[in-house]
Amino acid sequence: MKILVCISHVPDTTSKINFVENNMKFDTAGVQFIIGPYDDYALARAIELKEANPGTTVTVINVGITDTEPTIRKALAIGADDAIRVNAEPTDSFFVAEQIAEHAKGFDLILMGRESIDYNSGVVHAMVGDLLGLPSVSPVMKLEVEGIKVKMTREIEGGKEMIEANLPLVAGCQEPIAEWKIPNMRGIMSARTKPLKVVEAKATQSQVALQKFELPAPKGAVKMISADNVAELVTRLKNEAKVL
Amino acid sequence: MSTLVFIETSEGKIRNSSLEAVCYAHAMGGSVTAIVLGPADGAEVQSLGKYGAQKVLHASDAKLEHGIAQVYASVLTQAMKDENADVLVLASSSLATPVAAKVAVKTGASFASNVVEVPNTSNGFVVRRSIYTGKAFAHVELKNQKKVIAIRKNAAEVKEMGGSAEVVTYSPALNEHDFNTAILSTEKATGDILLPEAEIVVSGGRGLKGPEHWGILEELAKTLHAATGCSKPVSDLGWRPHHEHVGQTGVKVAPQLYIAIGISGAIQHLAGVNSSKCIVVINKDADAPFFKAADYGIVGDAFDVIPKLTAAIKAAIG
Repeated sequence: MKILVCISHVPDTTSKINFVENNMKFDTAGVQFIIGPYDDYALARAIELKEANPGTTVTVINVGITDTEPTIRKALAIGADDAIRVNAEPTDSFFVAEQIAEHAKGFDLILMGRESIDYNSGVVHAMVGDLLGLPSVSPVMKLEVEGIKVKMTREIEGGKEMIEANLPLVAGCQEPIAEWKIPNMRGIMSARTKPLKVVEAKATQSQVALQKFELPAPKGAVKMISADNVAELVTRLKNEAKVL
Repeated sequence: MSTLVFIETSEGKIRNSSLEAVCYAHAMGGSVTAIVLGPADGAEVQSLGKYGAQKVLHASDAKLEHGIAQVYASVLTQAMKDENADVLVLASSSLATPVAAKVAVKTGASFASNVVEVPNTSNGFVVRRSIYTGKAFAHVELKNQKKVIAIRKNAAEVKEMGGSAEVVTYSPALNEHDFNTAILSTEKATGDILLPEAEIVVSGGRGLKGPEHWGILEELAKTLHAATGCSKPVSDLGWRPHHEHVGQTGVKVAPQLYIAIGISGAIQHLAGVNSSKCIVVINKDADAPFFKAADYGIVGDAFDVIPKLTAAIKAAIG
């Protein structure tokens, strides 16, 4: 089985978000970048499948500029065999999906996170599936491969759905599909020499244009209420906040 | 401008989020056609007129009962063509968001999800969308004449305008190839208020000390007609199901009122609740970081404060 894992290179979940250049660019100063947490689940499941099924290979793909290479190397250290970097700024979901689809042909299973935690669109899996004419399922919490059959559990509002489809397919993953894997020293050493192929992006016509970023208005100070006067909270919620 | 609105149903009933999508389309101006897929209650379908739809297409084919993204996307693409619609509006959900993306690919449309307000059309067609898990916004111009917009909760006000809609039976051609995923079974909590759609959410954290103590939280939620949520540790420990986990890697909520009890307020939890209108934090640790993100706070023990709060609400609103 050939597995492709698509990874995003995103600010750590604890990062402070700021913008520069007239609110047109994300401020990377002091920000630590990581493999998207959802993509990390997809990668972990891919490595588990590789370990359980001899002959399985795992390739990672990222759409990003040179800065993303340490993130890609981390995925190789976790256990992927090789990597592709599409040399371009990931501007919007459709652009990223087109780049991935260009390199995804021939893979049996295409995994990624349910969404990236920067732009949160949550649609690259659906778009890649459509571009390749393959089934796509998201968000997947459980994924088992039996021959060409794939059994999945998908989270829906207020519950879950049990789904079956045949390979090849695309899945957007989330917890608890697998436990995140931490690279060990041997993995880190071997990652340095694993193949990382850099390819130029396919030219596409973008259908969207960023006008500006914006930060939410700052929150006012918290109003503390005594635990002995809970009725005051109810009064305030009713008359002041008007939410009851 | 002609807009098509995808209506999602749950147990034959129209979801509140879809009513919001109809109101959103109405607020954009132009003509509004709603489309309902699969068997649905006739009166419910008819009622879409009150929210601003002039026409409703109802494809009641039993094959459309279960939402398969590929199938729905093909039908909506066909309907956009048949109705000469420029814009498709949907309320984001585990089904509607991937459907929206696929329609955008099939029609070559400009696409945006997590849109938080009605577009600004004073200079181009610009939507404001939530990014960085609620920590920022992006203003994005949708350049193509065809557009697909997946809205987030509270993007428009749900209100009845008193119109009426012409309901038309719609019989799209279904492509067998799209039925390439089979839904074997569904497990769903019935009768509960859906967490992503709830106007009030009551969440519990490790401060509740164990799943056996959820009864008092549920009682408070019932009094408020609220949905219940939980923190990540609570779902990781198996005290509550994963679909109740609120946060960065769980459900993102945007209620009028969010009450967090016994949750310290890790940044990953805040990412799931920062779109709430009003946040109340109850925690026995006065230094819990969550208080900094709250509108109202009470320092106190959950087992002492929850019953008092339930009683106070019963007394105030009955």
